Order: sequence, then structure tokens, then C-alpha cells
Amino acid sequence: MPHRARLLLIVRRGALALATSLLITLSGLMASGAARADALDDTLARFLADKFPESEQAIGELAAEAPPQAAAILEAMSENRLLFDPADRIVAYRNASGAVLNARTGETIADASGFRKVRVNNALRRAIEGATGSLTLAGSDPEKRIAAAEDVFKSRDAKAAPALKAQLARESDARAATALKLALAAIVAASDEASAADRLSAIETLRGRGDQDAENLIDAIDEKTADPEVKAAADSALASIRTRLMFWGAAQDLWYGLSASSVLLLAAIGLAITFGVMGVINMAHGEMVMLGAYATYVVQLLLPPSLQSWSLAFAIPLAFIVAALVGVAIERLVIRYLYSRPLETLLATWGVSLILQQAVRSLFGANNRQVTNPPFMSGSVHVGGLDITANRFWIIVLAIVVFVALQLVLRATSFGLQMRAVTQNRRMAAAMGISTAKIDMLAFALGSGVAGVAGVALSQIDNVSPNLGQGYIIDSFMVVVFGGVGNLWGTALGALMIGVANKILEPVIGAVQGQIVLLVVIILFIQRRPRGMFALKGRAVEA
Amino acid sequence: MSPQLDRIGLVFVVLLALAAVVVPVLALATPADSPFNIPPYLVQLLGKYLCYAILAVALDLVWGYCGILSLGHGAFFALGGYAMGMYLMRQIGTRGVYANPILPDFMVFLNWKALPVAWWGFDSFPYAMLMVALVPGLLALAFGWFAFRSRVTGVYLSIITQAMTFALFKEFFRNDFGFGGNNGLTDFKDLLGFPLQSSAAKAALFSASAIALILAYGAARLIIGSKYGKALTAVRDAESRMRFLGYRVENLKLFAFVVSAVMAGIAGALYVPQVGIINPSEFAPANSIEAAIWVAVGGRGTLVGAAIGAISVNFAKTWFTGAFPEFWLYGLGALFVLVTLFLPKGLLGLLLRPRRERAPTPETPALAIEEGADP
Amino acid sequence: MTLAESHNPTLTHSLLYLDGISVSFDGYKALRGLSLVLAPGEMRAIIGPNGAGKTTMMDVITGKTKPDEGEAMFDGRFDLTKLDEAEIAGLGIGRKFQKPTVFENHTVEDNLLLATKAPRGVFATLFGRDDKGVRRTIDRILATTRLGGLRARVAGSLSHGQKQWLEIGMLLAQDPKLLLVDEPVAGMTDAETAATAELLREIARDHSVVVVEHDMTFVRELGVKVTVLHEGAVLADGSLDQVSADPRVIEVYLGR
Repeated sequence: MPHRARLLLIVRRGALALATSLLITLSGLMASGAARADALDDTLARFLADKFPESEQAIGELAAEAPPQAAAILEAMSENRLLFDPADRIVAYRNASGAVLNARTGETIADASGFRKVRVNNALRRAIEGATGSLTLAGSDPEKRIAAAEDVFKSRDAKAAPALKAQLARESDARAATALKLALAAIVAASDEASAADRLSAIETLRGRGDQDAENLIDAIDEKTADPEVKAAADSALASIRTRLMFWGAAQDLWYGLSASSVLLLAAIGLAITFGVMGVINMAHGEMVMLGAYATYVVQLLLPPSLQSWSLAFAIPLAFIVAALVGVAIERLVIRYLYSRPLETLLATWGVSLILQQAVRSLFGANNRQVTNPPFMSGSVHVGGLDITANRFWIIVLAIVVFVALQLVLRATSFGLQMRAVTQNRRMAAAMGISTAKIDMLAFALGSGVAGVAGVALSQIDNVSPNLGQGYIIDSFMVVVFGGVGNLWGTALGALMIGVANKILEPVIGAVQGQIVLLVVIILFIQRRPRGMFALKGRAVEA
Repeated sequence: MSPQLDRIGLVFVVLLALAAVVVPVLALATPADSPFNIPPYLVQLLGKYLCYAILAVALDLVWGYCGILSLGHGAFFALGGYAMGMYLMRQIGTRGVYANPILPDFMVFLNWKALPVAWWGFDSFPYAMLMVALVPGLLALAFGWFAFRSRVTGVYLSIITQAMTFALFKEFFRNDFGFGGNNGLTDFKDLLGFPLQSSAAKAALFSASAIALILAYGAARLIIGSKYGKALTAVRDAESRMRFLGYRVENLKLFAFVVSAVMAGIAGALYVPQVGIINPSEFAPANSIEAAIWVAVGGRGTLVGAAIGAISVNFAKTWFTGAFPEFWLYGLGALFVLVTLFLPKGLLGLLLRPRRERAPTPETPALAIEEGADP
Repeated sequence: MTLAESHNPTLTHSLLYLDGISVSFDGYKALRGLSLVLAPGEMRAIIGPNGAGKTTMMDVITGKTKPDEGEAMFDGRFDLTKLDEAEIAGLGIGRKFQKPTVFENHTVEDNLLLATKAPRGVFATLFGRDDKGVRRTIDRILATTRLGGLRARVAGSLSHGQKQWLEIGMLLAQDPKLLLVDEPVAGMTDAETAATAELLREIARDHSVVVVEHDMTFVRELGVKVTVLHEGAVLADGSLDQVSADPRVIEVYLGR
């Protein structure tokens, strides 16, 4: 078949042309800016042949040279709007409004009668796509250049190499230059034929990046090469990256642990107060947290859009008040009558928690409610290899603030003094004229109010739903048991240890097994120190 | 145990024995349109109540007589249920969707090639029944050994048992734990060759549940009546006094805890073929606490009261969730509050007026120098 | 125990041997180097002001509190600091608490039954049959403690004095080698006090007894060797007349 024979011929000739054009391109890179106009003319001339290899060649050159007209030409070509006049040797394109413009000069051509369409096949379309990608590499916006380089870093597309190199030669932005070097290094890593020198410089570049991707790429180089020098460089880089990764990994785990601890602390510290003072376990404590979260949701509903970014300033006091009032109601109506019967208090407050959950479900519906983060609590910051989300960060701050505030209340107010007296020896405190009933009530208000504030924090990271509190009650209690009754430092340390231990155990043995291990440790711990880490000792406490 | 309570217990046992005979007869031998006919769904429902009653008796043995408010009994119940469920799964055989003779459907679906070791032997009924008792029993033994030796008491113990339940709850949700994950075990076909959907199987399961309840009550009653039972109650009232008398309190508690867990496991095993499914939600901590309120409603430390409480609360639940589904949780919550506040001795306590001067409620520490962790 | 210690004649001939016991709670020293030796068959009264460490001493002997330092040996052989409450009770040390602690929901008879010397294991108690010997012991104790008419009463309904006696009865049922009795006559009438003293003397005939008491009349009535504790250590010992003549004791009691 003559058609096929011609095609073969074209392919052969094309390959030859490709080789020569590569040479031309490389030499073109060396050439000064003044030479570029001629290069563009040469490139455009290739379209006049209207042969696929020639066109492909031209696309490659447009991408590498990145003249200002390139984007428009490539776009027109991909949409079959690129035209040429074989007689006058002019390349042009039809724009969206139907006018025909000279591709070289951008001037409008009045008479387009002699023009024919440049033919495009699928292979060319792919080439155009690649070329458009590398064109953004040459764009004027450094952010876009970085993004394009990062795309190449991920795709490791060897075709982008010339464009990358071209851009690197004229790059002025330091960050963009780094991104370009990394993209080139990724291509080298993926290539089977790269030279030892290229590989060495790629390893050096990747070593600077030092993350998981870099590790994988260097690993790939290490596998492909036989050169001892490259191998040695790769091994040393790998070791350095792994150490670095381990360090940042541990730091990230620690951060997650700290974040989990802060949530635990917020949820548990109120429980530590109510449990510490009265020795009763309030199973509805989780529902105080839940009410706080719903208070945040209500604030978000009611606030006008102009005040939305201040929503937390309204939500925190409202959550405290709502939860404190409900807490006092529970204490006055139920718990007060059950002081000598802790197990029955547990059951009764569980009943209260069911009622509260159902009440919220009736009011707000059973579905999750969405609370949006205020602007300062969204987004995240990278510190080295660490990823720090703003909402988690502010929750840690809130936990510290609440902790310090509570310490001040307990240490510096007469209410705090009386509360500590009741915690340590209820009968003696009563004998000294402290109204234990009043202290109980106020302690309950305080503990519940703090739980409400915890709810505000949780609404920022968790779904707001009627059973929000259920997930926290068991862990909170563990924290209080671990930390010792009636001692906030103990609670803080307990939260810290449980939160961090959980996050460290989780990747090693799984979340659930981690919990089980923790449970066993806590039981063993109770055996050693039945009253927690910071418990008061002595006969007075046991009487 | 007062003689009065024993008389009530005897009446209860006689009624149960009668029901074990009469219910199947009415269900199977009367025509469907007869006013005496008991439809299969009702037989099944009553059987379910009886399983709950067994669980309540088990819980009362440790809570009412030993002061251990276990919030882990729902887990023991569910473990027994899973053991039975595994047997029923293996009985499905080639009748499953994937018709694999060995692997249950969910394993084929998860693309597992071999039966996990934990499932070995569950095609044998005696082995499965052994596991029904052994698995909850061993868990209770290990857990109790730790907790009681560590002298964890009171609310601390309750919360730690709840944490255990919660951990199992989460574990069973995982697909790769190997017990059907979220969906649990279901689509059972037959038990010992009898199709579970048949009225006869339902009636037989009802009778088996009634007999199991009688046996559980009888066993608990014998334990309570022995010197061991007296020692157990003494531990509840004054734990450290018992220590100074030379009793190994942890062993006394451990025995009751294990026996009780085994009972709960058996209840779960009878429950599963009647409801036709077992899934991780049976481990929900709320279930265990609900069982405690059955006991409290009926009357703690009465055994028979616990059974009556379980049956009546669950009857109320069935009716309520049918008539006013919105309000059931309000009702249940109120029940928790009102019973603990106004009816600390439960329905039977109301019935049994104390013959002599009031004895202190068991919860009040009878010892001034009680050294337990209870605050 | 080292070889040298095993040849300590004081130790080998003692029933209870406390040497240099110290206990502190959060910095507060409840006992500071307390030493005390009790011969087999001896009855000893311990007196001392509040906070002298009497109850803590009892706690150490019965295994409730572990001493920070010091040696506590029973019968010349058993290291009490290494045993728990139940094991120590099993060795034959019985304790009566300051506040009467009986099983309030059990009958008087069941209280005694639980205390009676018998195997304490789960299965022994679960399957144990009614023992004629145990019945007789209980009958005898009920007679001694004058609670015969109350055997079917719930212990919670007894009067304070009756509870004290029931607890002493439980100690008798335990049949220990050593009885530790903490303020047995607190809250008793004079007649009851006299009767209790008589009862204790009777018990002391075949048991060793340590009595902690504030009531000097009662201690005088017992007529035994007295040890005075002060600030966690022994201040003086001897007969009641001897110690009450000791100027240091007078100073501690009268604050001069």
C-alpha cells in the first residue's frame, strides 16, 4: 500500500528531523534573546509543511522557546483553528470571533481565502498538552511556575525536561528555581539512561528536599545505577533523609498527641472538678460538652454575617453559661440526693444524659450540624516537616488558657480555697462553717461550664451531633483516674500522657489495641497508686 | 434471702415452667385464627425478653450481692451471641450467596482464602457451646483477676468495665478483626438442622430460654444461699473487714464475676438465633447500662426482681417504641433517674416491706475504715 | 532473714516483734522508729494521746499499711511487711476496729459463721456442709458474749455496745493467736466497760492480746503491762502505776 509506505518514510525522516531539531533547540538555548525572533520564524515555517513530524517539532520548539505568541498558537492548533498559506508562507489562526490573525505579528489578515487548516492528530494533541504545561513553566507568575514545576515533579514527564532547563537558565525567583531543580531531579530519577553526573546532582537536590517523595526517588536512582560513586551518594542521602523523616515524624506524632491531649484535657478538667469535689461520677458530663457545641452552632445561626468572624467571642461565654445552668439543675434535682450512693449516681446521671441527648435531637434534629471555623482557625502552617493546623493550634491555646484560669480560681479565690477544703476533707470543712452544699453546687456549675467551653472547641474539629459527648466520657474519666482526684496538675499530666501515648501507640499496634494496652496500663497503675499520680495520702483521706 | 422472696421466686419458677410448656403448645397446636393462638413473632419476642432476664439475673448476682456494678455484661452477652452466631454461620454452608462450603459470605466478599483460626471448630455444635461459656468466662477471669487484685472498686470498676466494653465495641466494627465487621453475622438458616424460620424452632427456642432462666435463677439462688454467698454479701458491705478476717476478697469476687459472665454469655447465645442477627452494636456501652436499670427497676439483690425488671422494662420498650418512638429515650432516661431517686430497692423492695427495723442500704459503707478506692 | 538475725533470742521467743518501724504520709511521720516486743500469751495495753500512732501501728501489723522501714515479724518466722491482709489474718492475727464493724445486713449468727476458723476458699465455702463443731463454737461464743437471744437478729439493728461485743465474738470465732483490739469500750456504759474488761481478761488466758485504749479506768481494770506511745515511738512502758509516775508521760498527757 503506497499510503503506508509513505507513512513509514515520514516516520524515518521525522526521527532524523527530531535529532537535528534537538541539536538546534540546544544551540537555540545558548543563543541570545536577539536570535529568538529568527528561531520563531523557523519554528513557524515548519507548520507550512503540514506534516505531522514537522508540526510536532514546531510544538516542541514553541514549548522550549516560549515566545509570547506560543500559548495562543498552541491553543488554536488544539482546536483546529491554526491556518497556513502555503503560497505566501504565512501562519495564522482564527480567533474566537472568527477573525484571522497573523501568528507571528498578531495583525489581522483581511483576506483569508488562501489559508488551509494545519492538520492535527491525536499524537499532536498530546504533544500540545505537554507543551501547554511547560509553557506555564515560563509564565510570568512565579507561583504558577512553582505549581507547574510541582506538577512535573509528580508526573516525572521526561518531555518537560527541555522546558525545565530552559526556564531554569533564566529563572530569577529562588523558590521557583528550587522547584524547577527538583522537577528535573525527579525526571532524572525516573530515567533509566541518565548520566552519573546528572544523577549525582539530582541526589544532591533531592537531599535538600528531604521528604518521603525525595526518599522514594533517591531509592529509585539507587536501584537503577551501578556506579559506586552514585550509589554511595544515594546511600548517604537516604540515611540523612531517613533520620530527618524520623525526627519530623516523631515531632508530628507528638503534635498530634499534644492536640489529642488538649481535647482530652478540656473534656476531662471539668470532670476532675466535679468528681474531685463530690466524688460522684457525672455520666452526663459528655452532654455538657455536647451542649457547648450546640451553643456554638446556635451562635453561628444567629449572628449576622458581619460578626461571624467573632463568633467564638459570643460562643464561649454562652456555652459556659448554658452548660453551667444545666449542670446546676442536675446537681440540685438529682445528684444532691444521691451523695452516699456513687453507683446509683452513675445510673441516674446516665439517665439524664439520655434525656439531654433526646432533647437536643428533638430540637435540632438527629443529623450532624456544621460549625464553620472562623478565619483565624482555618488553614495550616508548615514548620519544617511539621504540618500544624490552625484549629488544633488554637484548641491547645484554649486548653492552656482554661487550665491556667482554673488554677487561678482554685488558688487565688476564697471559693477555690473552700472547694479545696471540701475536696480534702468534707466533714472537717463542714465543721469549719463552709457550706458544703453551696460549694457542691458552685463546683458543679464550674465543672459543667468548663465542659461547655470544651464543646466550643470540639465543635471546631468534630461533627456537632447529639451523641458528641458520648465519645469523650470514657476517655475523660480515664484521665481523671490516671491523674488523681482533685488535682488539676494530675489531670493535665494524665491527659498529656494518655493523649500522646495513644498517638504513639496507634501507628505501631492500631488504635483499638492501643486503647486496650492503655486500659491495662491504667488498671495496673491504679493498683500501684489507687488515687492517681498526685493523690493525697494518709489516713484522713481514707476515712 | 428472706423466705418471702423465696416464695416469690418459687412462683416465678413455676410460671416459667408452665410457660415453657404452654407457649409452644398454643403456638403450634392452635389454628392461626384461634384467640388462644400465639403468633410466631410474639413467641420470638417473649423468648427475647427471657434472654434479657437471664442477663439481668447474671448482673444481679454481681451487683446486688457483691456490689460490682459491671458495665461489661452487655459485652459478655454479645460474646456468647457471637459464638452462637459463628456456629450458625458455618451451618449456612453452600446456601450462602457465594455458596462457599467453608467460608461465610462476608469472608468471600472480603476475598479471604482460608478460614481464620478463631473460626475453626465452630461447625461443631458442642464446641460452639463450649465457646459460648468459655469466651466470656475467660475474658471475665482475665479482666477480673487484674481489676480485683488491683482493688479497683466502686465507680472506678464500673468505668473500667465500660472502657473494656467500649474497646470491644470498636474492635468488632473492624472488618479485618474477622467477625463480619459492621454488618455482623446474619442470614442464619438453621440450628441443629431445624430451620430457624419455622414456628417449631421458635417455640423450642422459647422453651430453651425459659429453662435456661430457671437454671440461671436456681444456680444463682444456690450460690447466694451457701456460705460463699454470705461471704460475698459481706464483701459487698464491708470489704476490708473480710480481708482482716482472712478472706481472699479478690477470689470471692472473681468467682461470682466469672459465673455471672458465663450466664450472660449463655443468654446471648440463646438470644442470637431468636433475633436472627448479631452485630457490634450489641457491644454498645449503652446496652450494658440498660441492663443495670432492669435490675434496679426490679430490685437489686433479689434475683427474681432482676428478671421481672428485665421483662417489664423491655415490654415497655417494645410498646413505647411502637406507639411513641420519639419519647422512648425520654422515658428510659426518666426511668434511670426516678428509680434511683425514689425506688432504690426496686419494685420488689416496694412489695417486700422489711419485717424488722430498717437495715442500711447496701451502698452505704458500713465501715468507717473502708480502704477501697471508692471515694 | 540473715543467719545472725535468726539467732536473735528476742525475736525467736516473741510472738510479735516490731523493730524500728517508720511510716510517713506525704511527709507527715506517723511512726518514727517504733519498736515493740510481745511475748506469746502476753496481754498488753497501748495508750497514748491522739496522733501517737496507735492505729497506724495496728495497720502495719495487719498489713493494711506497709512501713517505709523497719522489721515486723510474727511468731519469729513470718515477715508481716511482705504479706497482705488476708494472709496475715490467716497466720492468726485478728483485729477489732475502733468503730464497730460488723456485717450489718447479716444476722448475728452469720457474722460469727463468717468469722469462724474454717477454710476460706471459694469452693470450700461454696460446697461446705453444716459442721456440728462450728455450730457448737458459735453457740459457745453467743453465750460468752451474751448475744444468745439475738442470734437471728440482723447485725445492723444491734445497739452500739452489742455490736462491740459481736465484734469481739467474731474475734473469738476466728481463734487467732494474737488479737488486736482498738478502743473496745468507746461509747460503752460503765457496766458494759467492766463486763468487757472481764471478757478480755478471759480471752487473754489462751490468746495474746494488744489493747489500744484511752480509758484509764479500763486499762487499770485490765491490770497488764502498759506501753505509752508518743509521736510515733515508744515513750515508756511498765505497769500502769510506773508509767503514770514517769515525768515524760505526765508531760505528754498534761502538756507541762
